[in-house]
Amino acid sequence: MTGPCRILTDIEPSLRFSFDGKQMFARPGEALAAALLGNGVNLVGRSFKYHRPRGVMAAGVEEPNALVTVGEGARATPNTRATDVFVYDGLVARSQNAWPNIRFDLGAILGLSAPIFAAGFYYKTFFGPPKLWMFYEHFIRRAAGLGPSPKVADDDQYDHRAAFCDVLVVGSGPAGLKAARDAALEGQRVILVEQDAVLGGSLLRNGADVAAIEATRAVVLGAAGRVLTRTTATGVWDQGMVTLNQLLVEPGQAGDTGQRHWHVRAKQIVLATGAIERPMTFANNDLPGVMLSQSARSYIKRFAVLPGQRAVIVTNNDDAYLTAQAIIEAGGEVVAILDARAEASAVAQKASERMTLHLGAAVVKATGNADGVRAVEALVGGKPMTFAADLLAMSGGFSPVVHLHSQAGGKLEWRDDLQAYVPGVVGQNVISVGSAAGELDPVGGTAPTLKKPKKSFIDFQNDVTAADIDLAWQEGYRSVEHLKRYTTLGMATDQGKTSNLPALARLANAAGVDIPQAGLTTFRPPYTPVTLGALAGPDAGGHVAPERRLALYDVHAAHNPIWQPLGYWHRPRAYPLAGETLHQAALREARAVRNCVGMIDVSTLAKFAVKGPDAAAFLEIVCATPVAKLAVGRGRYTFNLREDGMVMDDGTVWRLGETDYLLTSSTGGAERMEAHLSYVQHVLASQLRVSVVAQQEHFAGIALAGPQARAVLESLTGDAAAAHMGVARGMIAGVPVLILAASYSGERAFEIYAQGHAAKPVWEALEAEVRTRGGYPYGLEAIEFLRIEKGHVVVGGEADGRTTAHDLGLEKMLNKKGGYVGASALARPALSAPDRLQLVGLESLGGSVPEGAMLVAAQGKPVEGHVTSAALRIDTEQGIALALLKGGRARLGETITATSPTLGIHTQVRVVAPHFYDPEGSRYRD
Amino acid sequence: MMLIQCPHCGPRAQVEFTYVRSMDSIVPLDSTPEAAMATLYARDNPRGVSDEIWRHTHGCHQFMTIRRHTVSHDIVAVVPFGEALPS
Repeated sequence: MTGPCRILTDIEPSLRFSFDGKQMFARPGEALAAALLGNGVNLVGRSFKYHRPRGVMAAGVEEPNALVTVGEGARATPNTRATDVFVYDGLVARSQNAWPNIRFDLGAILGLSAPIFAAGFYYKTFFGPPKLWMFYEHFIRRAAGLGPSPKVADDDQYDHRAAFCDVLVVGSGPAGLKAARDAALEGQRVILVEQDAVLGGSLLRNGADVAAIEATRAVVLGAAGRVLTRTTATGVWDQGMVTLNQLLVEPGQAGDTGQRHWHVRAKQIVLATGAIERPMTFANNDLPGVMLSQSARSYIKRFAVLPGQRAVIVTNNDDAYLTAQAIIEAGGEVVAILDARAEASAVAQKASERMTLHLGAAVVKATGNADGVRAVEALVGGKPMTFAADLLAMSGGFSPVVHLHSQAGGKLEWRDDLQAYVPGVVGQNVISVGSAAGELDPVGGTAPTLKKPKKSFIDFQNDVTAADIDLAWQEGYRSVEHLKRYTTLGMATDQGKTSNLPALARLANAAGVDIPQAGLTTFRPPYTPVTLGALAGPDAGGHVAPERRLALYDVHAAHNPIWQPLGYWHRPRAYPLAGETLHQAALREARAVRNCVGMIDVSTLAKFAVKGPDAAAFLEIVCATPVAKLAVGRGRYTFNLREDGMVMDDGTVWRLGETDYLLTSSTGGAERMEAHLSYVQHVLASQLRVSVVAQQEHFAGIALAGPQARAVLESLTGDAAAAHMGVARGMIAGVPVLILAASYSGERAFEIYAQGHAAKPVWEALEAEVRTRGGYPYGLEAIEFLRIEKGHVVVGGEADGRTTAHDLGLEKMLNKKGGYVGASALARPALSAPDRLQLVGLESLGGSVPEGAMLVAAQGKPVEGHVTSAALRIDTEQGIALALLKGGRARLGETITATSPTLGIHTQVRVVAPHFYDPEGSRYRD
Repeated sequence: MMLIQCPHCGPRAQVEFTYVRSMDSIVPLDSTPEAAMATLYARDNPRGVSDEIWRHTHGCHQFMTIRRHTVSHDIVAVVPFGEALPS
């Protein structure tokens, strides 16, 4: 009998699971990797590039080989480490990157990929004819890869949580348990996190005292602390912030909430993250049955699974002798211990009394097949020897897990005796303890330099061999950062947990320098992969953004409008009558405004109450137009500039009282305008005595527009309506309202404002009167038709952040005194140059004018501008548009082409002034 | 994810704050065009200590000056805007 098997205990394998469709059983508490080994499965997956057979190499999150997809349908979780998922009843696991199946994989049988996928293969395909590259691209995408992502929406729910503590301890091995216990006994609030399902860390493979562990848990809980298992500290950030990812169910398992993402702010962070054993580099070191020594011991001591019957141990340190001992105790045979050190340590000396020990020995090659190792070829004192074995347990030394220390801004120090980096100084209140701090067995001996290291893997998960590193070096990649990107070393989902140091060693060897001179890549969060859903948390689907509802939402909803999202707001786009399309409804609504009367909810406009003795002076800073001369009870159009002179926003400013102003601006720019006004008030002009209050949501606004607007208003208020740009106060349906006589549509119009909570009767009274006269409520689509026809610009459309007042034809309105934000920058001549993109109108000579179309003299000629918004004449339905055209204002009357290659539309248009309707404003002026 | 000591609200998470600009990028209203351009576009991008304006946008709305290290993210001092940072 060869290969892995169970060690008999009184715990029965009672959990059902399947691997590649085959039913198996696991003991409760078993990791999937242990369960597979316990069922005699050595071959778990195929490798990323070369489709090489792979088994289980590790027993923790560092596992690079045994990646499987667990779960089905929406819960399928690809690239799950079999060592990092605990079997639950009904678990379904599948191998990855193999076709037709893991045993007879076509990619591996044909050996297609090997010559193509050498270091830098991807970049090399960029040279040569493009068609060849496209062939490679196709081939690479099919041949290389890991598990496929599920194609359906994730069913799982994710939770977010914040917490604070005095001491956060990461890792529950002996050092972490001691740190947590000591802190809790001092009365500190401790959060102890452990990525494994149970506490103990290295104790689990070295003999755990369960009672002592549970006593520590009780001490922590007794001091108002928390103990979180299945929880990984994924990143350390600034000022004691640590993100934790907690698995509430196992990957692929159904549950109410799958994972919880924590933000913990800790006064002190204790990193007891342990160390990761390093593999050794020799030919076929990726065969199933080649395993890290401590991991082999974990399977034996923790899971009662013997990973092989006849073991060869290869080591450069004393720790592996514990593994040898464990194998013998479990009934296995240790064929030989190959110790790289020239002289026997005390531990080795003692072991040699019972086991075959070879000093100064190194493995050069493992041989076997997809089912595992069969023999080990070694050099002992320079002499070749071969050992029959089905398990090769290797220990190339230990690398402290310094990831979180580095993320906290900590430096690293090289320790020659460990051949590893250990934590150095760190700015934050972070300490490393135990093996993470370098309390480890020293290593010794030197590995022989491999001559033909083709199948000697360094990065197992990304299939990077020692030969790839040598090749990259030969091709001139000297910096470790370049080498990493060129070979993809350390860039797999394991982020090089096992490969980092062996790679540096190989690079240092090629460069003829010591490892510390070879450089080091950066450790970045997350420590282990995090499901994107956990980062999004509950903010998914309909909760991805808040929905802001109008004060009059229910009134609109009763009309069953077509809704349009506008930032976080949802506004009616049109109110179709039975059988009407959006276009038909919008045209009817717009015609009601032109010919009769209409009303629209404009509550979302930004509104700022600006009050105080210096209110006018403040407004002359934030508005690019003069404000000071505005009479009480009057308003005017205004616009605001950014500091670079570009138009930022536009709106109206009203003088409601002597020192009492109302400033309005666009819906979409409301938050930006609030920040800008506040900046001016507190930073640029803090000497001014002014108060600015954002009132966007305090007031509901209704615009009433059309030839009959005045009659509607007067019939409801009983007062004579204000003149154009005048202010009035009145009562509608018993509700006090503020009336501003402004027109956006191009018709006689009034904006009527009431307290949001009281606005419903106002709307209802207005709507009844409007409908009596044959008018309609209208939505955003109709207002687009109306404003484009009138030639009014919108922020984001024509005022796109690159246009100046001159470009938009607003330069005559600028405050000649200057002194406003953006005035200095705007003084640069280039910002008013006549050859800039300028606002023009376009009239279609037949066919539609697509929004976003490019403007060219003729097809194939250079682009000279673009269509910013398109509509049609409300009476004749002729296509019209607003556009930005190079030197446009001097080109009125020209015929050019609006071309949209993506839509396949090319329309001849005439350049005209951007006012298609009533340019004199006779419809609303008094 | 810094922890910022708001002069008015105490230690609060960075998500409550908005970075406004560096102190050396304030464009005075009476700038010449050249000075405005230099301030806006030709500023230092310090690797090290930086004096910045922040606003507690999702809190007290107040502006403050923060002296901060751009690499380590250490916050050296926070004062209400307009008050001098400790020398």
